[in-house]
Amino acid sequence: MRHLIDITDLSVDEMNELVATAEDIIANPAKYSEVCHGKKLATLFFEPSTRTRLSFEAAMLDLGGRTLGFADASTSSASKGETVSDTIRVVGCYADIIAMRHPKEGAPYAAAQRSAVPIINAGDGGHNHPTQTLTDLLTIHRERGSLENFTIGFCGDLKFGRTVHSLVNALSRYRGIKFVFISPQELKIPDYLKENTLDPDGIPYMETESLDEAMPELDVLYMTRVQKERFFNEADYLRLRDTYILSPEKLVPAKKDMCILHPLPRVNEITVDVDDDPRACYFKQVANGKFVRMALIMKLLEVKA
Amino acid sequence: MNIDSIQNGIVLDHIRAGRSMEVYRYLALDKLDCSVAIIKNAKSQKMGKKDIIKIDSPIDLDLDILGYVDPGITVNIIKDGQLQEKQPLELPKKIVNIIRCKNPRCITVAEPQLDSIFLLGRKPSGKRVYRCAYCEAEYHR
Repeated sequence: MRHLIDITDLSVDEMNELVATAEDIIANPAKYSEVCHGKKLATLFFEPSTRTRLSFEAAMLDLGGRTLGFADASTSSASKGETVSDTIRVVGCYADIIAMRHPKEGAPYAAAQRSAVPIINAGDGGHNHPTQTLTDLLTIHRERGSLENFTIGFCGDLKFGRTVHSLVNALSRYRGIKFVFISPQELKIPDYLKENTLDPDGIPYMETESLDEAMPELDVLYMTRVQKERFFNEADYLRLRDTYILSPEKLVPAKKDMCILHPLPRVNEITVDVDDDPRACYFKQVANGKFVRMALIMKLLEVKA
Repeated sequence: MNIDSIQNGIVLDHIRAGRSMEVYRYLALDKLDCSVAIIKNAKSQKMGKKDIIKIDSPIDLDLDILGYVDPGITVNIIKDGQLQEKQPLELPKKIVNIIRCKNPRCITVAEPQLDSIFLLGRKPSGKRVYRCAYCEAEYHR
């Protein structure tokens, strides 16, 4: 039995296999519409997340399975003081697979130690969110036709953004990827990520504060939200937030086939008039999230079309 | 200063000076009925100063705990007044329920009944480090 707790639980071959399965699901949805008939997915969301939960539930429904679960810890036994391990053991009696989100880091690992059914980490605090990474990989693959040989710029909050760390980790295992980290000094990519992931393998990267400077080089631009709560000074926040607003004007020097990603939700870092630009892929990314979760559910349940 | 030599038991030698009480606590030596001698700041050619613990009984030692506390310790097994065996120590790959994660966002802090598991890793600088198996936070003493 396999779980998905961290993106590094998957080999490059397995990530490629999931992307390929998701592509096939998109091309031939009818082939997959009953593969999970009779199976149940439990979505245990100890903290609210509409997008991820609905994506998992839609994925299972499109595979012909059914779903159960809760969307808020206050409606579960956690509110009575039940431990994660106990909740998981109980739910494992009713469901064939569990997707869980929890505010505490490592909660899915704790769950996996006691679970009789596969566990999917749907986000544990600021720690890991591996299915967002799979979503990002599928989107890049669909837009570029490959996960090798391109330059990706990450822009915004690179210090606290778990989606950034996880995607850097995954892409660093593919050939020919160059990273450009665009952020204010206060929100730079953590040293440990450079020391542990990029430097040992000599993976090229550069750091800059200027999105304009980096823009012409990028094949993929991964925008993130600059989070107000990270700043001590309101004026600094406003200055930096406005620096990284992506608008049609900012996109003028960009490559014609660049693709723009964002894990969403956005606040104001991408103006709405960018949405009509053919390079804007963030809503396609949301749709892709469902397909790659379908592929993942199939893999962990060991079912085939 | 003289401490009687032991006939059957264990001598923990080359403990870093000042660490003997930590070793004493981790190994729960206060629970033993036999004689236990703690020698602090003994002269050492190799270390300058060192601590030594003599246990006058052949007990089972948790070498993982000792390795974590101080991998430089030498474990001497004494039988019939003679040195029978020297057991080398190394940092254990996995330690369970010896230290607790200090990351306030870690599930093991919210649910302390979970086993506290730390895995040995290596930083690119070569430095060895223990990381919480749950949240991956580095442990600093």
